[in-house]
Amino acid sequence: MNAMYEKNIDLEATELRLGLPGTSKKEITSRSKKRPLDESTEGSSSNNDDRLECSAPPPSKAQIVGWPPIRSYRKNSLHQKKEEAEAKAGVYVKVSMDGAPYLRKMDLNIYEGYQQLLEALENMFKITIGKYSEREGYKGSEYAPTYEDKDGDWMLVGDVPWEMFIPSCKRLRIMKGSEARGLTCGL
Amino acid sequence: MSEDDEPGRPQPPDPGSKKTRNCAAVHPSPHPDRVLEIVLEHVLQFLTARRDRNAASLVCKSWYRTEALTRSHVFIGNCYSVSPSRVTARFPRVRSVAIKGRPRFADFNLMPLNWGAHFGPWVATMGKAYPWLERVYLKRMSLTDRDLCLLGDSFVGFKELELVCCDGFGTGGLAAIASKCSQLRVLDLSDTEVMNDGVDWISCFPEGETCLESLIFDYVECPINFEALESLVARSPALKKLRLNREVSLGQLYRLMVRAPQLTHLGTGAFGPSEAQGASDQEYDYASAFSACKSLVCLSGFREIVPEYLPAIYPVCANLVSLNLSHANINVEQLKPIICQCRKLQVLWVLDSVCDEGLKAVAAACPDLRELRVFPFDPQEDAEGPVSEVGLQAISEGCPKLESILYFCQRMTNAAVIAMSKNCPDLVVFRLCIMGRHQPDYVTREPMDEGFGAIVMNCKKLTRLATSGLMTDRAFAYIGKYGKLVRTLSVAFAGDSDTGLKYVLEGCHNLQKLEIRDSPFGDAALLSGLHHYYNMRFLWMSSCHLSRQGCREVARALPRLVVELLSYEGNEKMDDGAVDVLYMYRSLDGPRNDTSESVTIL
Repeated sequence: MNAMYEKNIDLEATELRLGLPGTSKKEITSRSKKRPLDESTEGSSSNNDDRLECSAPPPSKAQIVGWPPIRSYRKNSLHQKKEEAEAKAGVYVKVSMDGAPYLRKMDLNIYEGYQQLLEALENMFKITIGKYSEREGYKGSEYAPTYEDKDGDWMLVGDVPWEMFIPSCKRLRIMKGSEARGLTCGL
Repeated sequence: MSEDDEPGRPQPPDPGSKKTRNCAAVHPSPHPDRVLEIVLEHVLQFLTARRDRNAASLVCKSWYRTEALTRSHVFIGNCYSVSPSRVTARFPRVRSVAIKGRPRFADFNLMPLNWGAHFGPWVATMGKAYPWLERVYLKRMSLTDRDLCLLGDSFVGFKELELVCCDGFGTGGLAAIASKCSQLRVLDLSDTEVMNDGVDWISCFPEGETCLESLIFDYVECPINFEALESLVARSPALKKLRLNREVSLGQLYRLMVRAPQLTHLGTGAFGPSEAQGASDQEYDYASAFSACKSLVCLSGFREIVPEYLPAIYPVCANLVSLNLSHANINVEQLKPIICQCRKLQVLWVLDSVCDEGLKAVAAACPDLRELRVFPFDPQEDAEGPVSEVGLQAISEGCPKLESILYFCQRMTNAAVIAMSKNCPDLVVFRLCIMGRHQPDYVTREPMDEGFGAIVMNCKKLTRLATSGLMTDRAFAYIGKYGKLVRTLSVAFAGDSDTGLKYVLEGCHNLQKLEIRDSPFGDAALLSGLHHYYNMRFLWMSSCHLSRQGCREVARALPRLVVELLSYEGNEKMDDGAVDVLYMYRSLDGPRNDTSESVTIL
């Protein structure tokens, strides 16, 4: 069965399961309201009994549609409050730059996208980072902004959507020189 | 909160004799038979309960006719069970109508968009047949602005509009009602979605004194013109029930309360300062406003609560019969000073943020409690659970008069549920939601069979049951054997095999509404209920083990049943025979013709 997640994660297409027919969850679009849809209530996931789930870990907050049976206005307002609380809290990460004597800290929440973030980095360290392109990373300078994600891997800033980036970014590092060039040319 | 339903069986149609009578003119010397009918008419006026009326209508044709002429309130439990024209043809003198549409699981996004339950055909037909209609109550129906306009235009003396869990219209529709219905007493929009078209509907009420007794719009998520609202409240001397949405700040609430100290039911709106006003908001003496409301018995709202202001409600606590704090994220220390003053409390809705300790305080303070609902602040399966079997046990010990409970938790034990079954013999509604699917008894690791079994065994008045947690077929055996009065049953992620559902269908003779999701019940179980489906309002089964084949067999065996198969997005073209959702119900007028693509009627 083809299940579609709301976000761009297509784990289920590669997932091997021997679930019973009719137990795979489908996403049902809720009735349209003026209020924005609450994301975490509309995820879909497989049945609890999937002992044979494949190695890819499910999204951290996968939820069954309509479970627990709470009406959407209750979920929305509570989750909105939670999200607002989290948003106001600020997401501070350490920022290091190769060759700089000490680290800095910045609140990722105050930026609306990569553009603003990169400008802020450029201002903070008095450097030019260059333009991002999917094929070639950051062209035109000897700096490349990278970040450490939840798995401990060093990733190039800009590859994933901004909303995905914020929760997964643990720290920033601006690579310089040959290491940076290694990242930007033909990965 | 009128969930209680009496079984309303469809009556056999009486096509032949439909005498229209002019009731005003009485013949000087009536025929003896007519005398009996006139007497009967007068007597039947006193019958109000629809179960009684239904029974009376079955005595003979004369009683059937007379009952039909004297019925002034019609209740339609399923809008598709009968056509509007059939209703108006049988009952010509109706003043009040109640119609229910979608099944309850639609509230949880289990139903495809645009499934149906439109008010349009009803208002069109009734508009012509019932010019004296005064009251409309709708639950889970879809209405358009046009429908509301038509309502306002058709019914000159219209008095009460109650829309519960409805949708499809906007502030324009509300404006139509406000402006056209000059006799309006009740406008109740509980849990109803209203689209924000930017129309200032509050300003559309007529100038001068209004008849308004009840204005309820607590979940209407549109900003309102406060000055207009203040003026409206000031010129509505009969206003008793006012429930405000969360756009109304605490300061604004104060201004309204001082104009309406006669209120009996109040929904406080935000119960916090508005962001716009902030520090410049004048600090009113909120407690004095509450003191002035000597008749206040029902309090709700607290949508954006700032707990520091809670003490303002102390003056009314002693008289409160109903308190809804289910939007207030307060802890046990904030709850205690309030609850220990609420000696007369009968209905309490709270968030689980008050924890088991908070529930213990409730149990100690409210011996008269009849209804308790505990909602989860964090409604997820793997969240921290602040309430548990401890809270449930405490409530059962402190509140022996409990009749209705809805309890969300992350962990539960059979022992606590059994205790409640013994301590609270008056239970009519027992709804337990253990949020983790298939969760067993937290302590013994056994299924929750014994707990639910005890409930059906010991609570002899039980009519509504919702189950959760790990349940085997044994639990259903108990329900089938002892749940003789159960009318509404909700099952989710439970059971082992077809046998479970068979127990229920064979044993629960009064079952009216059965909603099942994600349980391993298949065609064999479905077919075991053929003897009963005509007595039910509906059966809902989603993500079970049904096949098209099985559903087709039911449709063939029971021609008066409408068997709908609903498919979830992306699955419409699937032809592998597996059924996403089965929704079936009896109907006098055959399958409907307003279905969307995701619906197949067998």
